[in-house]
Amino acid sequence: MNAAIELQGLSKRFKEKVAVSPMTLTINQGELFGLLGVNGAGKTTLLNMLSGLAKPSTGDALVLGHSLSKELPSIRKLLAVSPQETSIAPNLSVRENLLLMARIHGFSKEKSIEKTEALISQFSLQPYEHQRGKNLSGGWQRKLSIAMALIADPRILFLDEPTLGLDIISRRELWAMINKLRETTTIVLTTHYLEEAESLCDRICIMKDGEIKALGTVDELIITASKENFEDAFVHFVTGGEL
Amino acid sequence: MRALVFAGRCTKEIVRDPISLFFGIAFPIILLLLLTAINRNVPEALFNIEHLTPGIAVFSLSFIALFAAQTLAKDRSTSYLIRLLTTPMRASDFIIGYTLPLGIIVVLQSITCFITAYFLGLELSFNHVFAFIALLITSTIFIAIGLLCGTLFSEKAAVGLCGALLTNLTALLSGAWFDVSLIGGAFEKVAYALPFVHAVDLVRSIVAEDFSAMFPHLYVVVVYGAVLFSLSIFIFKYKIQQN
Repeated sequence: MNAAIELQGLSKRFKEKVAVSPMTLTINQGELFGLLGVNGAGKTTLLNMLSGLAKPSTGDALVLGHSLSKELPSIRKLLAVSPQETSIAPNLSVRENLLLMARIHGFSKEKSIEKTEALISQFSLQPYEHQRGKNLSGGWQRKLSIAMALIADPRILFLDEPTLGLDIISRRELWAMINKLRETTTIVLTTHYLEEAESLCDRICIMKDGEIKALGTVDELIITASKENFEDAFVHFVTGGEL
Repeated sequence: MRALVFAGRCTKEIVRDPISLFFGIAFPIILLLLLTAINRNVPEALFNIEHLTPGIAVFSLSFIALFAAQTLAKDRSTSYLIRLLTTPMRASDFIIGYTLPLGIIVVLQSITCFITAYFLGLELSFNHVFAFIALLITSTIFIAIGLLCGTLFSEKAAVGLCGALLTNLTALLSGAWFDVSLIGGAFEKVAYALPFVHAVDLVRSIVAEDFSAMFPHLYVVVVYGAVLFSLSIFIFKYKIQQN
């Protein structure tokens, strides 16, 4: 299987605080890879480094063969980020938000309209396309946020806590959507919800204090921790077996 | 191109906010009408329209700082800026995108202010075009302060600083309502160390067609504008690259 992302000793330090210790791992193309951990584990910092928002302190990463330290502009064309907050323009309509992102990515007016139509249809946004971003419910704002990230057909998508604060129905709807996306896109997802990681991810990396504590499929992690279920396995890894 | 697309978005964000429209366009008109009405009902004229219009026009620019601060701080707090930073947009696209709509609003605001003043007795002349140019130059000071606050502070703090502190400072220290020499002493010295009173004196000299009186006020306004605007660009670039 070809690698989508190869971390090569990538680390991040903020003055004296180590946010991410040197990390080496490979995320495969077509994989839905989960980053799991308690607050301050370093998940978002890792995503920020991979998307060029934060400069690594040491190491490098290859994103679809491009070096993060040397070829960031090329990498920016290959990946997209849907940040933790909804990050939409509140006074623009759903359609305008999508059109704007397409134009910012350099598509012509005609192509931008075409892409906007396609995403409105793909995400079933038709009933809300003329509604302003700020007037949408939390679930629809998240859907729009992910649709905006997909406007340039990224090969890798980073979803940072995509279902944070959503009700169970909206969460399930988003899960279904993410499951569809995995057919065409490599997805790296951070989440606090164990059932979300368990339900969606091919492999999961459990992080604590900027370090990898465990890596594998849900079944592998349960077996390694010698536990009955994934929640117990997760607690085992983040507490070092103390709980 | 990206800068213009982003400028279009910022324009929509500002003009679709009714509070912005009120303070940007309607409030200066209300002030002019109110003060003219007061003037007509007091035994001794406090303000004449040639004196009052430049004061109101400069004071109104403080709301432009509020718009700049609010738009940028909101983009930061909602992670919209983070999303945009993962696209091919460059720092110059952001600066132009945030600044251009405000420049257009400044011109519209100034024209509205002078047209209102016309109905209240101000004789319009071609020279007022130079007053609009002077106001546009002055607006760089306010836009820069807004961008600085929006870059450095939370939305609440930025709006507080620009919406309350700056508007009051401008009102008190610009000589828009009363001659600062009436108070004199340290107050006058502080007022003349800051650019606001110079901006009002500059526009007043143009309206009075006394072009020799434009100096040194024009120099002070240009230097303040250039320094603050350069500083705001530097800080913005530093903040988005500091990670």
